[in-house]
Amino acid sequence: MIRLEQRAAPAQIWTFATPIVAVLLTMIAGGLMFAALGTPPVQALKTIFYDPLFHPQFASYSRPQLLVKAGPLILIAIGLSLGFRAGIWNIGAEGQYIIGALFGAGLGLAAFPSESTILFPAMVAAGALGGWLWAMIPALLRVTFRTNEILVSLLLVYVAEQILARAAVGFLRNPDGGGFPGSRNLAQHSGTQNLELFANSGLHWGGVAAIAAVIFAYIVMTRHLMGFQIRVAGESPRAALFAGFAPKRLVIFCLGFSGALAGLAGLFEVTGPAGQISIDFNSGYGFTAIIVAFLGRLNPFGILMAGLLMALTYIGGELAQLTLSLPGAAIQAFQGMLLFFLLGLDVLTNYRIRLARRRGA
Amino acid sequence: MTALLEIRNLRKAYPGVVANDDVSLTVQPGEIHALLGENGAGKSTLVKAIYGLIAPDQGQMLWQGQLYAPRAPNMARATGVAMVFQHFSLFDALNVAENVALGMDHPPRLRDLSTEIARVSTDYGLPLDPNRRVGDLSAGEKQRVEIIRCLLQKPSLLIMDEPTSVLTPQEAETLFAALHTLKDQGKSILYISHKLKEIRALCDQATILRHGKVVGTADPQTATAADLAELMVGTRPTAIARQVRAMGDPILTVQKLSLAPRSDNDTPLRDISFVIRAGEILGIGGVAGNGQDALLAALSGERSSQGDSIDLTGTPIGALGPTARRALGLLSAPEERLGHAAAPAMTLTENTALTGWDRSSLARGGWLNWGKAQQLAQDVITRFDVRTPGPQAVAQSLSGGNLQKFVMGREILQDPKVLVVNQPTWGVDAAAAAAIRQALTDLADQGTAVIVISQDLDELTEIADTFAALNEGRLSPTHPMADLTQEQIGLMLGGDTPIMCSEISPPEAQNPGPALAAP
Repeated sequence: MIRLEQRAAPAQIWTFATPIVAVLLTMIAGGLMFAALGTPPVQALKTIFYDPLFHPQFASYSRPQLLVKAGPLILIAIGLSLGFRAGIWNIGAEGQYIIGALFGAGLGLAAFPSESTILFPAMVAAGALGGWLWAMIPALLRVTFRTNEILVSLLLVYVAEQILARAAVGFLRNPDGGGFPGSRNLAQHSGTQNLELFANSGLHWGGVAAIAAVIFAYIVMTRHLMGFQIRVAGESPRAALFAGFAPKRLVIFCLGFSGALAGLAGLFEVTGPAGQISIDFNSGYGFTAIIVAFLGRLNPFGILMAGLLMALTYIGGELAQLTLSLPGAAIQAFQGMLLFFLLGLDVLTNYRIRLARRRGA
Repeated sequence: MTALLEIRNLRKAYPGVVANDDVSLTVQPGEIHALLGENGAGKSTLVKAIYGLIAPDQGQMLWQGQLYAPRAPNMARATGVAMVFQHFSLFDALNVAENVALGMDHPPRLRDLSTEIARVSTDYGLPLDPNRRVGDLSAGEKQRVEIIRCLLQKPSLLIMDEPTSVLTPQEAETLFAALHTLKDQGKSILYISHKLKEIRALCDQATILRHGKVVGTADPQTATAADLAELMVGTRPTAIARQVRAMGDPILTVQKLSLAPRSDNDTPLRDISFVIRAGEILGIGGVAGNGQDALLAALSGERSSQGDSIDLTGTPIGALGPTARRALGLLSAPEERLGHAAAPAMTLTENTALTGWDRSSLARGGWLNWGKAQQLAQDVITRFDVRTPGPQAVAQSLSGGNLQKFVMGREILQDPKVLVVNQPTWGVDAAAAAAIRQALTDLADQGTAVIVISQDLDELTEIADTFAALNEGRLSPTHPMADLTQEQIGLMLGGDTPIMCSEISPPEAQNPGPALAAP
């Protein structure tokens, strides 16, 4: 019979090995699923993991998409990871992403058709402010009324979606758009556009911000008192109180920081790849980033890798739907397997598996 | 005569530790058998095997000559084994009889059970009213509920795990009398303790465990306490060296400090007042659960109170948080080492920064100086003989004694004016305990005011200059330790006021005195 035995100390090696083993197990289990669907498993896996980068025909389109999709995921996940390590759960990054985009786009549209060079930086600041303000709602409710930030931040996503819909058909609608919903296209005006920095790289200012966030988060977590407070609070809340770290300040900081980064991601998206405020502008980055944060072990560089991997499965998944006619649900199940195996293998960090026969007493 | 219980070569291993190794032991009918050993020696594992809570890896047990392998506590109870645990499993909202009924497979009608409880409690001299709500009982009375619950099963063997840790000396006397009555009826008792005095007073035979092995058996009536201690610890205990010191000016004045309870089971603090002077060790005794944790939190700053209820050399600090209090020189070490005094999975360097980041200037402008923190951690390790690979070891990898030495050393090296510690040697091996007591004494010799909150009266008798007792959140007046007899201490712990010839420093009449210059 199989027994789980607690380790004397958490195994360091498994902390790093679990993501790799989880990816391998996902490939095996996913391959079996694809085979059951009548698709050759090796070909399906090649389409998902290899073709987006190297396929002679598709790679020219899909390779830049990697950074386009990974950028916002990493940016948001970095913000979330700080709070997650302190036990502060912002589940509503999707809402902060929307409000950030609305704030930034709102400023750009109000100034339209200005081509001032400070307009875009001002829009970036407005985007961060919007996300920060939206995250302050669950933060302040928690510190003053002890509400649960998971529920409040999540439900505010749906409020933000309603505001987004209102903006797209109402107050931000393109006056020259012939009555169609959606705002002016910000990516087509030099004052408000967020273009690729290098042709066909997929790298725009959002990607730069994501890399900067990775480095910033790493330094804060390892060197700064705020990162130390976050780690102590997550590791041992009573020790944090004993040390004199105020939990309320931590809630405000972590929710505010993750909200601001989500708002930035929204702003870079609306001024770049999306181009305009539309009813379905948000595409779930705020939720997927939660998976990315955990897949990256809440470690900044881990999140960088996880964001790229997650973006790859999205792009490869779309490619597989297109070329192999795999159903979209199969791709979602494949991504679900990744999280399932990762969390399942987590147990090996603290426990070891023993195969043992029960001895007679 | 057939032995009641015989254990042969029992072994039980957990990952990373062998809790019991080749343990053999025999309990005769009508015997009070002591199981003696330090914390972590394997006493609890052994009795859990007897009570059917764990299955041993090797070895066997015989009950009146028959093979005995209980797979669950109810099998052990059916055989005639009953156990009183250190921690109670009682529902506060129910009365005594209801609690007893809940533990029975086929409870009789409550009225009959109440009569039965009353009868047993008179028979054994353990007064208990079956109709009282358990939440209103003292720890000693709650223990009586557990004992009577066991006695109703008419066991042949009663196992008691550290029963006196929650009792005042007077309550312990009552318990011992009851245990003697049981013995006279031919019942056996397996009595777990590390307190030599009570074992010598009570037991007929002693088995001593060290590091999971039986290191000897002794007749406690003839063996000296020093002999038993040497068997238990492995070395002869050394006496604490201390100077004769003159007390300085009052440093910390606590005046009418009250804290509301945070939950139904939390003990409030009620009008606590005391004064401590430079170079004084104030021992605060008390049975577990009488407000020790709340008092430490109120002094460390984890819980704030009225600003002027605590005064440190002229500064009202009641409303300040832990960081501000540390900056003024009031340092502390709570009872729970892992998870409160130290973060378990963090390194010793990081745990040094935990309380030292501000007072020891380990952070400048918010940026931590890890090199300096590591240096301080290394100092603590060297000066206080902490056995560990180095400052990069995580806190939970240290043994209890070593981690406690680290926690104490961390505060002591930060040059406190006042140091407050709760249970400084709880669960710590004898050598480490002696080192910690010596360090606290040395600190007082250098002029620090030290407050030792402890449930170990022997410890307080050994190091404290003055003594006050905590009972249900109230603190007794302070008396010089040397003027107190064991009996008077017992009365103070129970909340009574003993008749004293001298009483020092009544806080109402005491001026804080000239404020010491802050550095």
